[in-house]
Amino acid sequence: MSRGLRGSLVAVGLVAALTTTGCVGSAPSEAGASGDTIKVGVLHSLSGTMAISEVTVRDAELLAIEEINAKGGVLGKKLEPVVEDGASDWPTFAEKAQKLISQDKVATVFGGWTSASRKAMLPVFERNKALLWYPVQYEGLESSPYIFYTGATTNQQIVPGLDYLKEQGKKSVFLVGSDYVFPRTANKIIKAYAAANGMEIVGEEYTPLGHTEYSTVVNKLQQAKPDAVFNTLNGDSNVAFFKSLRGAGITAETMPTVSVSVAEEEVAGIGPDNIAGHLVAWNYYQTTTGATNDAFVAAFKATYGANKVTSDPMEAGYNAVKLWAAAAEKAGTVEVEPVKAAAKGIALDLPEGTVTIDGENQHVFKTARIGLVQPDGQIKEVWSSGAPIKPDPYLKGYDWAAGLS
Amino acid sequence: MTHSKSFVGTTTSFFLLAGLLLLAAPALLPAFRLELLAKWLCYAIVAVGIHLAWGRGGMLTLGQGVFFGLGGYAMGMHLKLTDAGPGQLPDFMVWSGVETLPALWAPFRNPAFALAMVVVLPTVVAILLGTLVFRQRVRGAYFAVLSQALAAAFVILLVGQQGLTGGTNGLTNVQFFFGLDLYDPAQKRIVYYLVVGALGLVFLAAWQLSRSRLGRLLVAIRDGEDRVRFLGYDPAVVKTVVYAVSAATAGIAGALFVPVVGILGPADLGVVPSLEMLVAVAIGGRFSLGGAIGGAVLYNYASTGLSETFPSGWTYLQGAMFIAVMLWAPRGLAGLFSSGWSWIGGFRERRFPGSGGLSSTPASLPEPKAASASAPAQATSSTTSSASEPAPASGPAPSSARGEVPA
Repeated sequence: MSRGLRGSLVAVGLVAALTTTGCVGSAPSEAGASGDTIKVGVLHSLSGTMAISEVTVRDAELLAIEEINAKGGVLGKKLEPVVEDGASDWPTFAEKAQKLISQDKVATVFGGWTSASRKAMLPVFERNKALLWYPVQYEGLESSPYIFYTGATTNQQIVPGLDYLKEQGKKSVFLVGSDYVFPRTANKIIKAYAAANGMEIVGEEYTPLGHTEYSTVVNKLQQAKPDAVFNTLNGDSNVAFFKSLRGAGITAETMPTVSVSVAEEEVAGIGPDNIAGHLVAWNYYQTTTGATNDAFVAAFKATYGANKVTSDPMEAGYNAVKLWAAAAEKAGTVEVEPVKAAAKGIALDLPEGTVTIDGENQHVFKTARIGLVQPDGQIKEVWSSGAPIKPDPYLKGYDWAAGLS
Repeated sequence: MTHSKSFVGTTTSFFLLAGLLLLAAPALLPAFRLELLAKWLCYAIVAVGIHLAWGRGGMLTLGQGVFFGLGGYAMGMHLKLTDAGPGQLPDFMVWSGVETLPALWAPFRNPAFALAMVVVLPTVVAILLGTLVFRQRVRGAYFAVLSQALAAAFVILLVGQQGLTGGTNGLTNVQFFFGLDLYDPAQKRIVYYLVVGALGLVFLAAWQLSRSRLGRLLVAIRDGEDRVRFLGYDPAVVKTVVYAVSAATAGIAGALFVPVVGILGPADLGVVPSLEMLVAVAIGGRFSLGGAIGGAVLYNYASTGLSETFPSGWTYLQGAMFIAVMLWAPRGLAGLFSSGWSWIGGFRERRFPGSGGLSSTPASLPEPKAASASAPAQATSSTTSSASEPAPASGPAPSSARGEVPA
C-alpha cells in the first residue's frame, strides 16, 4: 500500500531536482552584445517533417555568419550562433524563441519556415520587442514591426506567376494544394485574380500535409482538362503528385504546372525526370547569373559538399544575415530599435541581385523569376520582372484584391 | 494500519510537492523557466488522467490529445473572442476571409459557457466513445487503435476548417486571460499558480477516486474483467466513467495550456503529442499517481533540456531514454524506486528485526526476493489483462485490489 507514498516521493524528488537544476542552468547569461562576441539565434526545425527543408536554410545562415566572422564580424565582434530546434512544432518555436531572447539574450533571431511557426513566434517577438528575420516566401497579409521578411510576399511570387500564365494565354486553371494556411490563403488570392482577369478556376483540391496518394486528384485533372495547374503542395507530397502526373501521361506540354514550393532541393527529391518541363515561380535560382551568386554557390558547395544545391529560401536566409549585419554596422549597435531604423532603405548586392529593404513594411524588393525545370535538376529562368518589385503584403496596389484583407 | 500509513505518506508528499511548486519554484526560477514549468504541469494534469485510465483501468488511451484539444479550444475560442473585442472577429478569421462570426463560436463569448464546455465537451465525447466501445467489450489494442484514430481524425477536421479553427496555425497570440495581461510577467505568474492549484485539485480527486469503491473495482476490472462481470458488476459502466474522468482532466489541462503557452493548434493534440503524453506516464510509472506526474514533468524537462543542449540530435537521446526505461524499469521510474525502497526495507528488516515502523506490516513489505519477483508478475498481469482472457495464476493480484473488491 505504501506504493503511493514511494511514487509521490519520486515526484517530489524529481520536481525538486528540476527546480534546482533549472535554477542553476538559468544563471543570467551575458547580454548579446557584451563580451567579445555577439550572440544571434538560429531557429529552424532540425527534427520532424520540416527538417528536410529547414536544415538547408540553417546551413545557409551559418555560412553567412561564418563569412561575416571571416571578415572581422559585426562592429568588431565575432557573431556566435545559438542554434535551436523548432522540431516542426509551432509552440516549440515560440518556446525556443523566448529562450533565445530571455536566456541567451541574442541580438536577433533568424528562423522559421512554415507560416504556422511564424504566427507562433510573432507574439513572442512583439512582446519582447526583439527581432526576427523570416526567410521564406509566404502568403502575405502580415507586417509585424518586429519581423523582417526576406522571402517573397504574394505580389513578388504568386501574382507574377499568374501574370505569366495569362501572358501565355492560359484561360482555365486548376488549384492543387496542401491543406494548411499558405495554400488556402494563396488560392484565395488566385481566385480573386482570376475573377478580375477573365481566367476560370476549374477545380480546387487540398490534401493533408505529407499526403502521398494522388490518383484521385490526377483523375480530376484529367476530367477538368485545365490549361494549367497552380501547385501549392508542400514537401513530400510533390514527389507523389508529379509521379502520378507522369504516370497518367500528363506532360508539361498538355498541362503545365506552376509550383511555388518546389525549388532545387525538392526537384532532386521528386526526380528531375518527373518534373522536367514544368514551371516554378521564385525570386532566385542556383543558375541566377551574377558574380555574387557564383561566389555564394561556390562557398556553399565548398562548405557542405559539391553535390549540394542552393535554393530560394536558402538564399533568403543567407540574405537575412547579411542584411542584419549591414543594418547593425550602420546603426553602430545591435540594439533592436536602432537596427530597425537603420535597416530602412539598406541595399546590398546579394545572390539574387540588389536587395533593398522597404522601411514601410520591413519586406524586401525582389525580382520575380519564372523558371523551367531542366532534365539535370537545375532551373532555367524563362521570364523575369526585370527590376525588383516593391513588396505589397496587403496587395493594396491591386484593385481586384480589395476584398481580401 | 497500511491504510493510514499510505494516507500519511501521500499527504506528506502532497504538501512537500505543494510547497516546492508554490514557494520554491516561483522564488528560484526566472519568469521564462516558470512559464515552461507551468506548461509541463499542464501535461502533468493530463498524466493524472492517463494514470487513472491506463495505470488503474488498463485502458491504453492513445488519444488523450483529443480531449486536451477540446478543452483547449473551448477556452481558446473564448479568449480569442475577448481579445478581439465586442462585435469583432478573431484575427485568423480575418485572414481566412470569414466575414460573420460562425454560429458555433457565438456562445463561447459567454465565459461561464466556455468554462463549462472545457469539461463538458471532453466528457461527452468520452462517454459516447466509451459507451460504444466498452459495451461491445472492445479492449486492449483495439481500444488503443480506436482512440488513436480519433486523434488523427480530429486533427484532419481542425486543419480542414481553417475559417472556423485557424487551420494548422491554430489559435495564436492569446493576450488576455479573464482580465490578466499574459504579456506581463507578473500577471502571468498568477496563471502559474492557477495551474499548480488545478494540479493539486486533480491530484486529490484522482487519489480519492483510487481509494473509493469505484477505484478498487477499476483495478479489479483491469486485472480480471470477466471475473468482475461474473460477480455481477458491469465493467463497461465503470470503465466509461473513469475514461470520462480522465478525458475531463485532459480538457482542464488543455484549457490551462492556452493561457500558459498562448497558442493551441492541431500540432499539440494529434497522434504524436497524444503518444508523448502516454510515454511520459510510462517513464514515470503508470501505476503510481506521483510517478505519472513526475514522469510528465521529467519527460518535458528532458525534451527542453536535451533540445537546448543538442539541437540536432536530441530526439535520438530522448528515444534512447524511453527504451532504457522500458527495458530496465517496465513499471517506470516509480516502480524502480519502489523496488529499491523495498530492498532497503528488507535489509533493515534483517538487520533490525522487529524494529522500526516500516516492518510492522509484513503484507505490505515482502522480502526483497518476493518484491523483485512480484514486480514483473504484476507488469505481466496488467499486460495480459488487455487480452480477452483473464490472467490465470499470474501471481497474486496487486495488493490494492486484493480482498478489497466489494462483494
